[in-house]
Parts: sequence; structure tokens; C-alpha cells
Amino acid sequence: MAAITPRQRTGWATANFVVIALALIPVLWLVSLSFKTPTAVLDPSFIPSQWTWGNYHGILTSSQFLRPLLNSIGIGLISTLVAVILASMAAYAVARLRFPGKSVLIGMALLIAMFPLIALVTPLFTIERALGLFNTWPGLIIPYVAFGLPLGIYTLSAFFREIPWELEKAAKVDGATPFQAFIRVIAPLAAPGMVTTAILVFLACWNDFLLAISFTSTISARTAPAAMQYFSGGSVFTIPTGPIAAAAVVITIPIIIFVLFFQRRIVAGLTSGAVKG
Amino acid sequence: MSTNTETVTTGAPAEAPPTRKPQLSEGARAERRLGFMLIAPAVIVMIAVTAYPVVYAIYLSLERYNLALPQAKKFIGFANYGAVLSSPYWWHALYVTVIITVFSVAITLVLGFLLAFVLHRTIFSRGLVRTTSLIPYGIVTVAAAYSWQYAWTPGQGYLSSIFNNSAPLTNQFQAIVVIIIAEIWKTTPFMALLLLAGLSLVPEDLQKAAKVDGATGWQRFTKITLPLMKPAILVALLFRTLDSFRIFDNIYILTLGANGTGSVSILGYDNLFNALNLGIGSTISILIFICVAIIAFLFIKGFGTAAPGTDIAKR
Repeated sequence: MAAITPRQRTGWATANFVVIALALIPVLWLVSLSFKTPTAVLDPSFIPSQWTWGNYHGILTSSQFLRPLLNSIGIGLISTLVAVILASMAAYAVARLRFPGKSVLIGMALLIAMFPLIALVTPLFTIERALGLFNTWPGLIIPYVAFGLPLGIYTLSAFFREIPWELEKAAKVDGATPFQAFIRVIAPLAAPGMVTTAILVFLACWNDFLLAISFTSTISARTAPAAMQYFSGGSVFTIPTGPIAAAAVVITIPIIIFVLFFQRRIVAGLTSGAVKG
Repeated sequence: MSTNTETVTTGAPAEAPPTRKPQLSEGARAERRLGFMLIAPAVIVMIAVTAYPVVYAIYLSLERYNLALPQAKKFIGFANYGAVLSSPYWWHALYVTVIITVFSVAITLVLGFLLAFVLHRTIFSRGLVRTTSLIPYGIVTVAAAYSWQYAWTPGQGYLSSIFNNSAPLTNQFQAIVVIIIAEIWKTTPFMALLLLAGLSLVPEDLQKAAKVDGATGWQRFTKITLPLMKPAILVALLFRTLDSFRIFDNIYILTLGANGTGSVSILGYDNLFNALNLGIGSTISILIFICVAIIAFLFIKGFGTAAPGTDIAKR
């Protein structure tokens, strides 16, 4: 590699700075708003003129946010767990076994991944009301699992292809059934890919808004992104900017943690399924 | 990576589907059974949540069915389609959706390339840049949308105050521009990561050889990088286009579809939850589905985009 000239150094420093600034400014604006007092909110400066923890105190002591936050976490975790287990089984079959109908499965997963969600909202709304699933946790978990599966099957089959399968064969030679070979030998090797998939599926559930507002009517199942629009201000005439910003920051924190700790995994997961195709 | 060698090590010829063999060995039959057992739960969930409701939506779209007037429920054939397709609301929403999709995807492609180059080539703090640029991808769309909304609120927002206290969200054209900006901000990192993965497949030697032969940076980009990356670009474009066509969250928070800024998804949602019209709502759903199918078909047949996962299916 040729030596780096000072000009190149400045150029890359500027480029890096621009990228970081563009990525962070909208997030920092939310942080700023969340610390502004109701009077300071009316002032467009980026740095709050008066600071307060009041917005956070307000939302974290109100069931109007705490309950939806709990719903988001619970529904997200359960959906992720179920989707990753089912997707691992299917991806193993796709990557390893010979059986007819494999391309039908891939085609179906692809179709669902590209499906316009709104097209399912109307019929699912009617079905969920008939089955008593409307405004319940399962009412959101079931569709989240279904929409997490294509993502999971793609990502995991891409990961499963990289696994040294001779080990599985060795296990079979030693007398293990295919199922035992799957559980004892392959699953531990597949764990990194499963973690990656779990993160992506969880982010998708955590992010969902359309299904969350369509299939819930009270805070008993409403998730955090859907609950924010129902926050109330000091009076009916005030828009609750501060509390909404604080809630937005709270639901962004898990994402920042994921990104900080699992950056490589997320990148690998996002690109594995798509580019090799 | 080692696709071919893997096929060899499995022992049986992968090219011959078991269905054509008159007799299956005990092992092959067990493998088949295991395969079906492993995919069954996923298939059942996916069918229950998508295939069945789609069929149900087709049925609903042929009915007059308003939750406010349940007695008037009646099979009316294609009358709903006639009503929607002759309605200016549908065509306007479709127009807005297409505008948002075309501009946001085109600009995201350009910015995604720039970001991919920065991520690929930057000589320092690569980890920091990569981590930071993942935040827009990961952030909840609704949270980001609130940030944009408050940034453009006159008298309160930093962006509005920079632009002379303007109120773009109350103006159709400007509001659509803000929606497109919000989409671009959110989706550029994803585009960049897909392009980056394609970029890393371009052999370094080829670039060097071209450089020795006197090719400029731009020539190397258009003559080497772009052609080699074409499959990655087309898949990224297909993903982004279909995703953008479904736009809902940003518009819902930013304008609620007011002032003629609603997309087809917003229109469908309004028909269901505000008008409680299941018949018309389902008709809109089916029409959106048809649009998405047309887009996917154009990409795959027209541009020769490799359908994602085809190489998985071949195995």
C-alpha cells in the first residue's frame, strides 16, 4: 500500500465525519428534545436551553408507556425465539437434505418477504377478530413469526452452507441419527448464525408499526412504537413533544446496544441472504 | 464458498431429484421424511398467516362489506374494483407512492454507493463509521419519523428555523420531499451494506491492472466495478423498490396522508380503520399486491435480476 498523503488523510477524515454527522444528527435531535423542558421545546436550538429529566420520569412512571414497552419486549422476544427455531429447522432441511418441493419453499419465503403488509392487514384483522386474537399478544406474535421466517430461512441457510458438514457425517458414522446429528453437532456450530438471525428478526419485530396499530386497541397488547401517538401533553392543546422524544430515545437504546456489540454479525446477516442469490 | 466441493462430499448426486427415481433407498426416504418434518412448522405458519388471508382478501374484495352496515353485506363481483380503479384517490395515492419510490430508491442508490466506498476504502476509524451508519438502519422508523417531524415544526425545529421557519409538512410538494428525505436517511445504510458486499467481490487485481493500463477512477468504476456488481445492484434495487412501495410508517407519522401525501398503503389503512369498509379495503390490498408482483416480475424478467435464493433452491 502506498504511503498516505496528508491530503488523502484530510479527505477521508472529512468523508468519515460527514457520514457520522448525517447518521447521528436526527438521533441527537431526539435526545435533545427529550431533555428539553416544555418551554425549551418551543425554542429551535439544538442544545436545550433548560434541561430536565422530567420527560423520562413522566413516561417511565406511566403505564401508558411502561406497559407497551413490556409488550414490545415480550412480543419481540417470543416471536424471535419461535421464528429462529422454526427457521433453523427449515434452513437445515434446505441446506442439507434432499426432498422434493424445496424450490417451492424458497419461492414461498421470497413471496412473503416481498409481500405488501397492508394487503394482509384487512383479512388478518377480520380473522383475528373472529378468533379472539385481536388485541392480544398472540395476535401480534403469530404474524411476526410468519414474517420473520423468510428472513430467518434465507440468513440461516446462507450460514448453514458454511458449516463443515463432514462433522455431521462423522457423527452419523458413529451411530447418531440425522436428528441427533442436528442437535448435538450442527446446532452448536450454527449458533453464531442463529444469533445473527435472532438479532435481525428481533429488530424487525421491534420496528413494526403497521401491524401493531392495526391489531391492537388498548395498551394490553399495543407495542411501544404504536403507543407513542397516544401520549397526552400537559393539556389537550399541547403536543407531548418531550415525552414522545423521550420514548423514542428509550426504544432506540436497545438498537444502539445491538449495533455496538453485534456490528459484524448484523452486517454479515444482512448481506448473506441477499448478495449470494 | 465451497459450493461444489460440498455437493461432492454429500455422497449422492444432487442433480437427480429423488422423485424421478423409481425406488428410494431407506436412507433417502428417511432423509425426505426428515426434510418434510423440519419444514412443516415453518410452512404451516407462513400459509396460515399469508396464503389463507390472501385468498380470504380476494373473497372479501368481491363483496360489499362495511362494518358500519353489516346487514348490507352482499356479493357484488368486481364492482369494488370498478369503484377503486375509477376513483381519483386510488390513482393519486399510486402516483404519490411511485414518486416516493422512484426518487427515494434512485437517490439511495447513489448515496449508498458513496457510503459503500467510504466503508470500503476509508483508511481509518472504519469500525466507528460502520457502527454509526448502522444506526439509521436499526432505529425504529416511527422514532426517526418523529425526529423529522419535530425538526420541521415551525418555531420548534432546527431544520425549520434554518429554512426561515418554513412549515414543509403542510405543503404537498414539500411534505413529499421531507418523506423522501426520511426514507433515504433510513435506508441508505442497508443499500450501502448490500453494495459493499458486492464491492468486495470485485477483484483487486483487476482494478490494479486497469490502473496500470491508464484507466481513470471513473473509467474503472463504470467499466469494471459496475458490470461486476450488476447482480448485487439489481438485487439491492429490487429489495429497496418493493420495500419503498409499501411505505407507511414515515407518512403516517409525518403527515397522516394529509394534503394529498398518502401512499397506497395509507389509503388501504384508511379504508379499513376509518371507513371500516372491508370490501374496498380488501380490493385496495389486492391491487397493491398486483402492483408489487408486477414490479418483481419486471425486475426478474426485464432486468434479469437473479431471484434471491435461487442458488439455494438449486442445491
